[in-house]
Formats: sequence, structure tokens, C-alpha cells
Amino acid sequence: MEGGQMTTLPENTTRKLGLVIDLDTCVGCHACVISCKGWNTENYGAPLSDQNAYDGAASGTFLNRVHSYEVQPLATSAMPHPAAQLVHFPKSCLHCEDAPCVTVCPTGASYKRVEDGIVLVNESDCIGCGLCAWACPYGARELDAAEGVMKKCTLCVDRIYNDNLPEEDRVPACVRTCPAGARHFGDFADPESNVSKLSAERGGMDLMPEQGTKPVNKYLPPRPKDQMDQSEQIDILAPFLEPVMEEPKGFLGWLDKALEKI
Amino acid sequence: MHPAPSVIVFTTLSGLGFGLLFFLGLGLPDVSGWVAFVFFALGFGLAVGGLLASTFHLGHPERAIKAFSQWRSSWLSREGVAAVAALVIMGIYAAALIFLDKKLAPLGWIGAALSLATVYATSMIYAQLTTVPRWKTALTPALLLSISLAGGALLAGQLAAAKILLPIAAVIQVIWWVRGDNALKQSGTDMASATGLGNIGTVRAFEPPHTGTNYLLRELVFQVGRKHALKVRAMALILGFIMPVLLILIPFAHVLILVAIVMHLMGIAASRWLFFAEAEHVVGLYYGKR
Repeated sequence: MEGGQMTTLPENTTRKLGLVIDLDTCVGCHACVISCKGWNTENYGAPLSDQNAYDGAASGTFLNRVHSYEVQPLATSAMPHPAAQLVHFPKSCLHCEDAPCVTVCPTGASYKRVEDGIVLVNESDCIGCGLCAWACPYGARELDAAEGVMKKCTLCVDRIYNDNLPEEDRVPACVRTCPAGARHFGDFADPESNVSKLSAERGGMDLMPEQGTKPVNKYLPPRPKDQMDQSEQIDILAPFLEPVMEEPKGFLGWLDKALEKI
Repeated sequence: MHPAPSVIVFTTLSGLGFGLLFFLGLGLPDVSGWVAFVFFALGFGLAVGGLLASTFHLGHPERAIKAFSQWRSSWLSREGVAAVAALVIMGIYAAALIFLDKKLAPLGWIGAALSLATVYATSMIYAQLTTVPRWKTALTPALLLSISLAGGALLAGQLAAAKILLPIAAVIQVIWWVRGDNALKQSGTDMASATGLGNIGTVRAFEPPHTGTNYLLRELVFQVGRKHALKVRAMALILGFIMPVLLILIPFAHVLILVAIVMHLMGIAASRWLFFAEAEHVVGLYYGKR
């Protein structure tokens, strides 16, 4: 990487490494958040610090955060009262092809790698001006309050090429740890890769496409939900639990009729 | 956006300083010797003071020298390069004027152009950001340049110019505000496009990723009440533009000009506070804060 050329973006990258995040599968357990924080605190670069971790005003640096959204479908004549859906939404750096965070950097600390498209920060060149965090629409960059340098997802660059790790561990920590299998890692430049196929099959989408960042990471939309509020009875036990006696008989029956006459 | 005092002080003072240096570079007023020294000291003090203030918000100010390297792609880097170039050229021009009583006019013109280029580069740091729709407009450089020129004219005692430049800046300021109030809506970025869930239904932030706050919320998701914003806007307009024009319309008196300058500076600081406090960063959408 030549100094002075770093904050210009490469015309093309040989590979486009990134993630597919499945919004249908994510259960919102935050395991990816914790494994990300763990790996990236103990390995490459400045640790991800916390401030006031044990009092009321806790705050810290994270490279991956899980939001949760409630989506209320519009009512239709077929479905007058559609149920709201809860969608868990992990968000980390999308390693954009037109990464605005890279071009705004005044020192060349931020760069996008030609060989695999990963967007990285050279922490020894970062002056902590924060402009790259301003330029990112996704909130993928956070200035570490203890180190004064910009932190962001490295796609676990120190795992994916790490020969000291068993092969199954050579994926980002968030992907490795996800118990639901909602995160997938691969090369989007290869149309035959797992991520390219998955994205094509399930309609992988860009976040904020109108911002023109051309994100590499794709999000798989939730599949259509079962319609539990419809007339179709799906409870197989319900027919057996119907009340045996519909009308009161005997003394109660007489009382019922007598009261109705009053 | 978080209205950091260091950035407000920086853009307000350096804008005014470079505005003054622009007029001094053009030989307006045509000064020499001690009078020139006072004028240039004021211009340099404001410009350099502002630049120094801007380093206070850096995580690693000791590495600031590295920020001059990326002028090919980064407006922040270009601003640094332009500022240093302007200060060096104007420094030579001023030294010749003060100590040698020699007016190197072409050098002054270059310095004047570089001073304006610096203000333009500053404005483009904000105007380039698609993430802040309120800033992403050609009106932003127009606003910062017009304020810098109006303030510079006032400070340089170019009252005829100030009488025209202050109202121009005021009009651009009002247009910038009015456009800005609809900018986020018109940008097409909303919670639907942020989450990609808009085709299912209406998206509402249900739970944030954490119970506490974070860097993004502190830095990018500052919210200001509309009622307060309107009050500050009125203050900025009255102090920054209307009062200074009225004061300099009264026949020449140095004390009144001094009052006009102080009011102008206060008004511009208020305008600059709003510039940041009212600016909505689209990342706030992920937190349901827009």
C-alpha cells in the first residue's frame, strides 16, 4: 500500500469478501456482538474499551450491534388485523465498494484493500478526527474513547487468513459463533460462492441503496410469515377441547329460562 | 450532529480571519507599517486560533501533520493544505508590507485567493456528506463563503462592501435554513430504506442494541427542540446580520463598528451552533431518532 494513494478507492478489488445476514433466521441473541467484542479486544489493533462499565452510564465501543425493529404490515381486506413482526437486525461494516469513509480520511489511515475489498483503519495513522464516522450512513465506525482512534469491523482479517487456526475457525468471529446460522461469510466476486448464491436465491438487499455506497454485505429479507390471525384453524387440539354441554339443563336450565322471562 | 464547541469556535473564527485576510490581500484597506501589523495580527490570530481550536477535538492531535497528505481525495486534507499555503503567502506579503514597506501586490492576490479557497474547502467537508442531507447542497459553500466575506469586509472596515455582503449572506442563510428543514425528507433515506423492511409495513425501532448510550448517539444523533431552534435562528439573524448593517448605516464611528463586529461574531457563532445542532445524520434512523 503506497502512502498518499490510500484514501482513494481501488477501481476494482480482486475479491469482494463480505457477509450475508439473514433477517429471517436471526433470533436476536447478541452472541455475534459478544464474540466480536471478545475477539477484537484480544487481537488485532487497539482493544474495544468500555467506559463506566459498572455504573449507570455505561458506554463502550462495539463493531457489531443488533437492533430490533417492529414492522406493522398494512391492513388489507383479506387481513384486517395483521400481526406486527419483530425483526432482529445485526449491523456492522458493510465493506462498501464506494466507501465514503475512505475518501474523506485526511491522513490515509482508512483504506480499502485491493486484494479482497476489506475496509480497514491503520490505527497508527489515525488522528481521531471522526470524519469517517460522519461519512458512514450505517454507524459502522466508532471512535474508541480510551484510544482516540477509529475502530471498525475488520471482517476478522486476523482470523480468515490465519493458518494457526483450524480451518473451520477461519471465518469472522460473528459468523463462527452465530447459533442460528444467520450469518454467512464469503466472496461476492465469485458468482458460485455460498454468499452469492444465497443472496441471489433469497433476494439479498442493500441497506440505504440511495446513499450510493454500494455495500458488499447483503441482507436477506424475512420470509412471509404464517397468518395466525386468519379464520383457518391451525390448533389441532382445539376440537377436542370444545365444551361438552352447550345448554344448561335441570335446575340451572329452569333458572336460566325463568330469569330470561323477567 | 453534536455541536462541539471546538468545531464551532474553529469555523466561526477561522472563517472571519480568512475573510479579513482576503480583503487585506487585495489591499483593502491599503495599509502599511504599524497599522498593517495590527490588521494582519488580527487576521492571523483569528485564522490560526480557529485552526488550533479544531485540533482540540482530535483523538491524536500529535499526529495532525499526517492530515496534509491526502489532498487528492479528502476535503479535510485540502483544507489543511490551503490554510497553510494561505498563511505562508499572506505571511510573506504582510512581512514585506510591515517591515520593508513594500507592497508585493500579486502575492497578496494569491494569498487572498488561497484564503477563500480555505473557506471553500472547510465548507466542502460538510457539503460532501450524503449522510447529512441538510449539509449536502451547493448552498453550504455559498453560506460559509458569504459569511466569511461579509465578516471580513466588516473587520477590514470596508463598509461599502459590508453593506452589500451582509444582506447577501443573510438571504443565503435564510434560504439555507428553509431548504434544510425539508432536506432529510427529500433525501429519500428513511427507516424503510435503512432497514430494507419497508415493503412489509411500517418500521418502528423496537429495541436499541444497548441500554446505555454510545459514540454514534453522542456524536451524530444530537437533537434540538424546534422551538429553541427558532429562537436561536432569530438571534443569529438579528445579531449576525441585521444589527451590524443598521449600525454601519449610522455615519462613521469606530465604537459602533466595534459593537457591530462583536454582534456579528455572536450571531455567526449562534448560526454555527445551529449548523451542527440541527443537522440530522441518517444513522439516527437506525435508532428511531429522526
